[in-house]
Amino acid sequence: MSFQPFKTLTSQTLVLATQNIDTDQIIPARFLTTTSREGLGKLAFNDWRYDEMGNENDHPLNGGAAKACQILVAGHNFGCGSSREHAPWALMDYGFRAVISSEIADIFHANSLKNGFLPIVIEASAHEWLLDNPGVDVTIDLETCEVRLPASSGANNGGTYPFKIDPFSRQCLMQGQDELDYLLGQDAEINAHEASFNKAAS
Amino acid sequence: MPKSLFDKVWERHVVSAETREQPATLFIDLHLIHEVTTPQAFTVLKQREMKVRRPDLTLATIDHSTPTLLNDDGSRPYVSEQAEQQVDLLLANTKEHGITTHGWDSPYRGIVHVMGPELGATWPGMTIVCGDSHTATHGAFGALAFGIGTTQVGHVLASQCILMRKPKSMCVHVDGELADGVSAKDVILAIIAKVGVGGGTGHVIEYRGTCFENMNMSERMTVCNMSIEAGARAGMIAPDATTVAYFKGKPMAPNMAPAEFDEAKADWLSLASDADCSYDKEVHLTAADIKPMVTYGTHPGMAMPIDGLVPAKNDPSDAKALAYMDMQAGAAIACTKVDTVFIGSCTNSRIEDFRVAAKILDGQSVADSITAVFVPGSEQVKIEAEAEGLHEIFRAAGAQWREPGCSMCIGMNGDIGKPGDLIVSTSNRNFEGRQGPGVRTVLASPATAAASAITGVITDARTLSQTMPRSAI
Repeated sequence: MSFQPFKTLTSQTLVLATQNIDTDQIIPARFLTTTSREGLGKLAFNDWRYDEMGNENDHPLNGGAAKACQILVAGHNFGCGSSREHAPWALMDYGFRAVISSEIADIFHANSLKNGFLPIVIEASAHEWLLDNPGVDVTIDLETCEVRLPASSGANNGGTYPFKIDPFSRQCLMQGQDELDYLLGQDAEINAHEASFNKAAS
Repeated sequence: MPKSLFDKVWERHVVSAETREQPATLFIDLHLIHEVTTPQAFTVLKQREMKVRRPDLTLATIDHSTPTLLNDDGSRPYVSEQAEQQVDLLLANTKEHGITTHGWDSPYRGIVHVMGPELGATWPGMTIVCGDSHTATHGAFGALAFGIGTTQVGHVLASQCILMRKPKSMCVHVDGELADGVSAKDVILAIIAKVGVGGGTGHVIEYRGTCFENMNMSERMTVCNMSIEAGARAGMIAPDATTVAYFKGKPMAPNMAPAEFDEAKADWLSLASDADCSYDKEVHLTAADIKPMVTYGTHPGMAMPIDGLVPAKNDPSDAKALAYMDMQAGAAIACTKVDTVFIGSCTNSRIEDFRVAAKILDGQSVADSITAVFVPGSEQVKIEAEAEGLHEIFRAAGAQWREPGCSMCIGMNGDIGKPGDLIVSTSNRNFEGRQGPGVRTVLASPATAAASAITGVITDARTLSQTMPRSAI
């Protein structure tokens, strides 16, 4: 599946400072009976956002301003738990295009990159500043692999922090390219591996 | 250069090597699939008009969304129409693509990570993936097994490969003998408490030491199963004589003449890590120090000895977790009131787990205030337990004995608690709402769960006779 290419993004942040936000918080398991990947945004953080009657409560995710935030800033070890790709699907359908944390769980990280949702791990000092200052404008630049905080952050380097991303994933994100096409292009190599395996097993 | 078990298995499966610009292409020997994380992947195949490349290396079952009770007329009370449609869709997709499926009529249907090893489908040295984070279970056999998302399920269906950079390695050493009444579940909870819920992120764990060498395969699976709860994608234990012996009589064990099986066996044993191999990270625990463990918070790293006091940490996330759990820092966790006891899940639903529970419950009664839900991990576990009469012990004690499935581990099939309920659960996750909105989960071993079912409070099975004299039960 191809997706919208990602080059730079400037947006207000929404902060969820809790550490170890797991995939059951991002989208509870009882919603996983869906056979589609569409329309999961209204279920994002469902058990935090709605009261027992299903009405929106006063959680920051329900504010009018929240819906305009495309960058989520989350506490340490975001996305731990299950392999459900419904988690990045729900975050994207809600309106987020990136998450910034000081640590992001492996499977969630991999799933995000495959959907054009950018998981960014930045150094602790910048992460702490972002947690303490919700709603600021932040720029994520995938060309230079930098996060730019506002000048008001008083940070070193003019508020610019590098982040690491796998070069292959970066290329796929910037071109909106699907990894499956790349894999299918390796048909000859896969055939060769299968042939050698069969030979060893016979 | 000396190699680890992980290095050896990884190298055998590299189709094209990792470079700075591109990840490795890794061949997958076994792709396990179930109803929840595959529908959108089959949709992609359909859109591209593609077939499954290797249906012979793909194995399906239904477990997550399936009801564990039957209606009086034999029909199945699905939690929703959507859940039933999801199960039906898996059965239709696998039929269309010629994938072997253990559905309703198979004597091998079960939780995917219980079923695979039982069939003998999980072999040492394999690469195994599944759209489920507890795929690490299969690492107990010396396979490299990990969970993937639905996009990668699609990749494997289409190409039998995934793109991946080689993770770092981590070794968890546990040496010595466990004290009486301490189980594999307690070992892995103690490891997660030490390493931290994100301590293994980016790593594949190898479990080494006499503690694991002394374990049977069921216990090793319990350990490897929860690797993801320490953040590690996979956990592995080197194949040994215990591993080899497990394959006797398994329907999908290597179909070989005895001499060829000896050859396979020699190959499996050669996978063990070289003596002087190195790891990116190493952790040591002493088996004798490990006590029965329970969780007190809202992730598996918040685990503590059952005879201890709930730790006091000056951290807002911990405070939030304690508030959700209605636990007090500095208080004893033993004797906390329990509402439900669940024995099941891919962590602890094998025959050995139910034997432990039956030993404790034999001739006893579940407390009046407790709902005890026991769910075998597979049809095979159910058949075996019933042949041993375990179900009669459970029923006589007042516990429910249900149909196989994921059940209360994931709370998406109708098996959930009520808001505020405390569930002592042998499953793997105590996240907020995991077993139903507002439900509080305490992870524990089958022994602790069974003991707590009798007393109605969190109970160390070793102290059962002191806590609640037999005559008083």
